[in-house]
Amino acid sequence: MNYSITEDIQWYRACMITDVPENGGVCVKYKDEQIALFHFARRGEWYASQNLCPHRRQMTISRGMIGSQGGEPKVACPLHKKTFSLIDGRCLSDEEGCGIKTYPVKVIDQYVYIGIVDDKDSSQAICA
Amino acid sequence: MKVIVIGNGMVGHKFCEKLLARDKKQVFQITVFGEEAHRAYDRVHLTDYFSGKTAEDLSLVDQNWYVANKIDLYLDDPVVEIDKYNKKIISSKGRELSYDYLVLATGSAPFVPNVPGTDKHGVFVYRTIDDPELITSYAFRAKKAVVIGGGLLGLEATKALKDLDLETHVVEFAPRLMPRQLDESGAEFLKSKLEHMGIHVHLNKATSSVSGKEKVEALEFKDNSRLEVDMVVISAGIKPRDELAKDCGLRTGPRGGIIVNNKLQTNDPCIYAIGECALFEGMVYGLVAPGYEMADIVASQLTGTDKVFADFDMSTKLKLLGVDVASFGDALAIENECSTIVFEDRVWGIYKRLNVSTDGKYLLGGILVGDASAYNILLQTYKNGLPLPQNAEDVFMKSGAAGKMNAGSGIAALPDAALICSCEGVSKGAICCTVKDYGIEDLDGVKKITKAGTGCGGCVPMIKDIISETLKELGKKVKPAICEHFAYRRQELFDLVKVHGIKTFDEALDKFGNGAGCEVCKPVMASILASAWNDSILKQPAIQDTNDRYLANIQKGGTYSVVPRIPGGEITPDKLIVIGRIAKKYNLYTKITGAQRIDMFGAHVSELPLIWEELVAAGFESGHAYGKALRTVKSCVGSTWCRFGLHDSVSFAIRIEERYRGLRAPHKIKSAVSGCVRECAEAQSKDFGIIATEKGWNLFVGGNGGSKPQHAVLLASDIDEETCIRYIDRFLMFYIKTADPLTRTATWMNKMEGGITYLQNVIVNDSLGIGKQLEKEMQNLVDHYKCEWKEVVESPELRKHFNHFVNLPGEKDPNVQFEALRGQKKAVDWK
Repeated sequence: MNYSITEDIQWYRACMITDVPENGGVCVKYKDEQIALFHFARRGEWYASQNLCPHRRQMTISRGMIGSQGGEPKVACPLHKKTFSLIDGRCLSDEEGCGIKTYPVKVIDQYVYIGIVDDKDSSQAICA
Repeated sequence: MKVIVIGNGMVGHKFCEKLLARDKKQVFQITVFGEEAHRAYDRVHLTDYFSGKTAEDLSLVDQNWYVANKIDLYLDDPVVEIDKYNKKIISSKGRELSYDYLVLATGSAPFVPNVPGTDKHGVFVYRTIDDPELITSYAFRAKKAVVIGGGLLGLEATKALKDLDLETHVVEFAPRLMPRQLDESGAEFLKSKLEHMGIHVHLNKATSSVSGKEKVEALEFKDNSRLEVDMVVISAGIKPRDELAKDCGLRTGPRGGIIVNNKLQTNDPCIYAIGECALFEGMVYGLVAPGYEMADIVASQLTGTDKVFADFDMSTKLKLLGVDVASFGDALAIENECSTIVFEDRVWGIYKRLNVSTDGKYLLGGILVGDASAYNILLQTYKNGLPLPQNAEDVFMKSGAAGKMNAGSGIAALPDAALICSCEGVSKGAICCTVKDYGIEDLDGVKKITKAGTGCGGCVPMIKDIISETLKELGKKVKPAICEHFAYRRQELFDLVKVHGIKTFDEALDKFGNGAGCEVCKPVMASILASAWNDSILKQPAIQDTNDRYLANIQKGGTYSVVPRIPGGEITPDKLIVIGRIAKKYNLYTKITGAQRIDMFGAHVSELPLIWEELVAAGFESGHAYGKALRTVKSCVGSTWCRFGLHDSVSFAIRIEERYRGLRAPHKIKSAVSGCVRECAEAQSKDFGIIATEKGWNLFVGGNGGSKPQHAVLLASDIDEETCIRYIDRFLMFYIKTADPLTRTATWMNKMEGGITYLQNVIVNDSLGIGKQLEKEMQNLVDHYKCEWKEVVESPELRKHFNHFVNLPGEKDPNVQFEALRGQKKAVDWK
């Protein structure tokens, strides 16, 4: 990867807080990207990742159940229950498994924003 | 005392660990020299390197381990000379150190056959962590690859090449694969499995040369045939690294290997050799377990314990390209020196051979291909000389429940000295001891203290069994918590929910749990809450599994399938037309299911409410195909039409299906009603099945189809409809309240102490006095039934959730693709 980390983050206004089920997720379309957005209402935290399951390349991550593993927020793909950290995207259930890309999220005035690093290399979803 | 270890491989590293552990008085100062630039890493799992593991992932210890243990580690600096008269060594970087004891753990190098052309570009060996890297980068330019050597390591390399998407060939000199571990038939089974995966196997092939200009172009064989390939990986065996030893005058074997006695001493008593470089009684031990044992023996010798090396058991079990292969003891025993029991299943590709002493009493060895689930117990039976049971073939050859049950009781029979983890040399006694003396109750704890199960991991199921056996012995309840968030079993959670009046997942987490929950406990709790209160699952969408959340079954491509309820399999022509019309309108693939219903596939998530709006308007209800719930009550046509029918099975099936529709349970529930003993509805393969008799109905429970089919057993006979329903109420409620998550009724009953007799007592004789209570609870659930889809269709708020994109309602997932098939559509195959 040869993208520069000083690249500015573009904040995309994805939806209202109330559009996302508490302790659940939705899928956001940004240009041609599909981004899974999750609201950990119990902890007041938000996370975002690619929507593509890296295992079978299906757009399903946003429909997965979220939870924690030793305190670390995670999501389980609904298809085969592989779990991924929402902090760094690594696969938690299978050491050899491919990880997923994560995005920063912020909330301002009832709106949820997803941070996009506008760079060709990094916008490519990670896949098996 | 100064100890120098030459070699920082798995065995060299293990020696450091063992010596540290045994050196209670801390008299030894250890120095390690390694030729490679990497710290000791897990060479056994080298193939994992291909699937993205890094050198650091495979590393046996972290960077600080050597420093923390005061060991001087010199990497990338091989020792070049041993001066055994002055007891010192010289390294390639010019370090000169003296020693009191020297341990050679120089390992082995790949044996490269002496044929012309092995120096060409595209020829690789498979040994160190750099090899996978070289192979991977060359593979980008290659299409066809061959592995020379069909032994254990060769097949590992084959897997790696296959994973790189190359057309993969394997060439073996012997007439069969894995000639040291498998007999002819076993190897034949393995071969056909590999061929099934698209791997080309060539046997009886002696390579005469590797041809090509600069790069490899083909392998030439002695029989004048040739195989065109772009790359070659040689894995034809190992050659002990004994050159250093030879140079300083230590005795070595004619075909390599440093000769050692049973203390692992060379002919210089201050110099030891361990692992693959050592030659003991004419044999080089090329596995990690005996290497570890040697490491421990030298550590013992140095610290004053007289432990010696004896002939080491070379039993192995591994997964090669997803195929279980195991061989133990005298696997290749000659027919007339023993009796053999052979089991072959060509459909599933399973081969098992047991070699038994001629009197039939003892196990001598064996081979397992395709299913090695019995390996551990067989190995223990062999190693400990336990007498074989009378019906040995039944016990060990079957892989189903029967074999397992006996495996469980087999563990109790093992002596304390039985070696369970041969990688780390941990006995059954040591594992029991951690449970008894340290109060450890789980696998992780045992792993931490004893290191058992941390090597190849093959013994893990056995360790688990020993832990629960020991806990049982101590009178402790074995308490498998459902996950890290709830330290309870499902049954306990059910009671807690009831007693405390818990209505939501969050309340439960606050009161009895911790963390944020997970994909295991959320659906369990969702099922409990639904069973306890029959509250709509729509109120807490985020704790439902995806199928329950979208009230449809997710399929390949991320679209859903829709199954309306067709009670008893009875449907009017008008309703059939409605289904046809809707399927056509939304372009859905239709199929009759195994449960007498119609499944419609390929609906986008945003179409689900639209489809159901039409279905509900036509009088359909949810079929709950998405839920751990009652699916269908299948029926034969019964006495209304059938000339053999005794009673009206369709009417009874509809009555039952409508009674229990929507019921949430630990797993799906299936049922059927047959109108006579011919049993056309296959009721005996259901969780509860009813068969008409002259005098009434027979009620069977605990059957299922699926991967482990099991027949239902008779609970009550010749009962009338009302009694039948009363018993089913009790049975289902008892199951819902007490079964573990994702346990079908068959498994639940198999685990029940007392089995069907106990169940009959509870349900029919009401021995616990809970009959009335169970019936009342069931009636309450029946009274509160609502069709989930009707609720969604009528609620704009709930319909909002059925969108693929939150910011573009109604827009479909553009990634979904279909292909045409026999006039309908199908999902595009995934990778």
